Amino acid sequence: MFGIPEPWWSVIRAVVWALFIIIFLAVNAIVAVWLERKVSGRIQRRIGPQRVGRPIGWAQTIADVFKLLVKEDVRAEATDKWVFLLAPAIPFAAITLMFLVVPWGKNLIPLNLNIGLLFVVAVTSFEVLGLFMAGWGSNNKWALLGAMRTAAAMISYELPMVLAILAVGMTAGSLNMNDVVNAQSRVPFILIQPVAFLIYYIASLAEANRTPFDFTEAESELVAGANIEYSGLRWAFFFLAEYGSLVGTSAIAATLFLGGWRGPILPGPVWFLIKTYLLVYVAMWIRWTLPRVRIDQLLDFGWKFLLPLALADIAVTGIVLALL
Amino acid sequence: MPDNLRSTPITMPDEGARELVVNMGPQHPSTHGVLRVKITLNGETLEAADPDIGYLHRCFEKIAEGITYPQVMPYTDRTDYVAAITDEWAYALAAERLLGVEVPERAEYIRVIMGEVQRLLSHLIWFGSFAMDMGAVTPFLYAWRERETGYDFMETVTGTRQLYNFLRIGGVRNDIDDDGWQALDRFLKAMDQALIEYDTLFTKNPIFEVRAKGIGPLSAEEAIAFGASGPVLRGSGVARDLRRDEPYSVYDRLDFAVPVGSSGDAYDRYLVRMLEMEQSLRIIRQAIKQIPPGDIQGKVPKAMKPTGEAYARVEAPKGEVACYLVGNGTVNPYRMHWRSPCFTHLQLLPHWAPGNLVADMVVLIGTIDIILGEVDR
Repeated sequence: MFGIPEPWWSVIRAVVWALFIIIFLAVNAIVAVWLERKVSGRIQRRIGPQRVGRPIGWAQTIADVFKLLVKEDVRAEATDKWVFLLAPAIPFAAITLMFLVVPWGKNLIPLNLNIGLLFVVAVTSFEVLGLFMAGWGSNNKWALLGAMRTAAAMISYELPMVLAILAVGMTAGSLNMNDVVNAQSRVPFILIQPVAFLIYYIASLAEANRTPFDFTEAESELVAGANIEYSGLRWAFFFLAEYGSLVGTSAIAATLFLGGWRGPILPGPVWFLIKTYLLVYVAMWIRWTLPRVRIDQLLDFGWKFLLPLALADIAVTGIVLALL
Repeated sequence: MPDNLRSTPITMPDEGARELVVNMGPQHPSTHGVLRVKITLNGETLEAADPDIGYLHRCFEKIAEGITYPQVMPYTDRTDYVAAITDEWAYALAAERLLGVEVPERAEYIRVIMGEVQRLLSHLIWFGSFAMDMGAVTPFLYAWRERETGYDFMETVTGTRQLYNFLRIGGVRNDIDDDGWQALDRFLKAMDQALIEYDTLFTKNPIFEVRAKGIGPLSAEEAIAFGASGPVLRGSGVARDLRRDEPYSVYDRLDFAVPVGSSGDAYDRYLVRMLEMEQSLRIIRQAIKQIPPGDIQGKVPKAMKPTGEAYARVEAPKGEVACYLVGNGTVNPYRMHWRSPCFTHLQLLPHWAPGNLVADMVVLIGTIDIILGEVDR
């Protein structure tokens, strides 16, 4: 294409997409943090940031980024050096990889994998690895507790999540993200698979460490969780990953259940962003309204309620598909 | 760094060791001040909790021995700094009994109004921080909204917002003027609305229910044996309220109910405090109707040199606050002892902790409505 020989074209394409995803995640963190501050302010009868970047405080998070950039890179003596230093990169890498299979519009997908859904599930699990490394490498008791919770919680919410995604795959008849979006050309899957959507959305709140499942960093209990020993840019990477994870799970939910980039009049990427940020907003709304559940209650909820429900959903989907 | 100061890795110190000892506090967002609790963990489960207090100790009782009787009043504010009026009241009552001073009726009613507003303010801050302990940030800011109107009233009357130095031996510092009455009216109206809002936002929240129910159970016998008082005692089903059982001031002329819980868990204590707020509103409304005109300061001897001893206790928002005063004929108290409910309630922590999770620990600390200024004095 454009007179560039094939192997080089693929390389250029990969680099452009990679840069795009990373820049998108960075911008997203800035926008989402600003949005969170504004939304929480609205809910809590405050104004939120307004001084830096009058009148709506749009530059507040940018200022925060600069503050984090110039901070000292602190590492305590007793930490496990390489585990501690590498940990912040992993959650961010996992989120970046997840966006590899998210379609932005017609033919606008970085990598058209035929096992896209499976790929999403596989790479998001790596996020937990990074948090666990942070907790273990920090050599801090509170961080260790946070890491322990993260690992315990992951198992209980990932299973129902995978099953909910599987139900979508069954309905669409494919694990390819493009096919899933195309299968929703008439009816979005939220109407066909409402139970799967709820299961996925609840599990995705846990995945993104959002209230009511934010016990991995539970300020009032663990002070900060696995990333307690981090500061400056390394901490910022955890934060970037957290908001990346929020927008990532929302993007997947929008793609799987709300018809992805499909929509009238407006171009595909715009619809995709509207749907994604709608779900991001709902997550913020939930966060600033509900208290936090206890870790054992999430485990109970995951294993005793969500998992059977997801299995039943799959069974019903299978029976209906067989009958049709 | 010298080698002996390097911290060692926290991998298990020896084979078979299962417990992890963690310091919760003194710098921790949920210990409500400088409380340090040494918790022993087995995984997430608490095996023991050992509160370590004293970080806020400021020799209040000893200081009182070196100053004159009226000079003690501002120090009492600093014990329970979010409910200063009731602390002043305990001291004023003890001093009045020691000196044999009569308090004019109007002053008594002003004390009741101020005391009940203070109870509301104290319960509001508790409600907000209790919700915050459970991870719900928004109720905290809602409670702050009403607290603000309440403090507007306090500020209008006393001139300060938190540490009032408002009560005097034999009366109160100043009368409530028109601005004060209007501010009080605004506060009462805001509270009526707010209590309904809190119920819809938080009390009926299923997540809150599963978090609070069954946590920190306390039977009636245990509560009495531990010397519990106030909402902690009433949450366990013991209907004891000094305002009703040993009426001081003009509480015997006011009609109010004493809400009690049944199972004595954190949820019951929560409900008791929420219902108490409604009763406080009732008391204030009655007091406004009944308040007579007249003096606000009784006759006190010019030189306060009492002899003998006096004990007075009041029903403070957190429980029973009491003051024991001994006079030896000089201008200074010979001895003063301060009983604070939070100090007594703190001993419930080690009792409750075993078997609970770390997340419950903050609920347990929150449910006794702890103020460290009062624990350490």
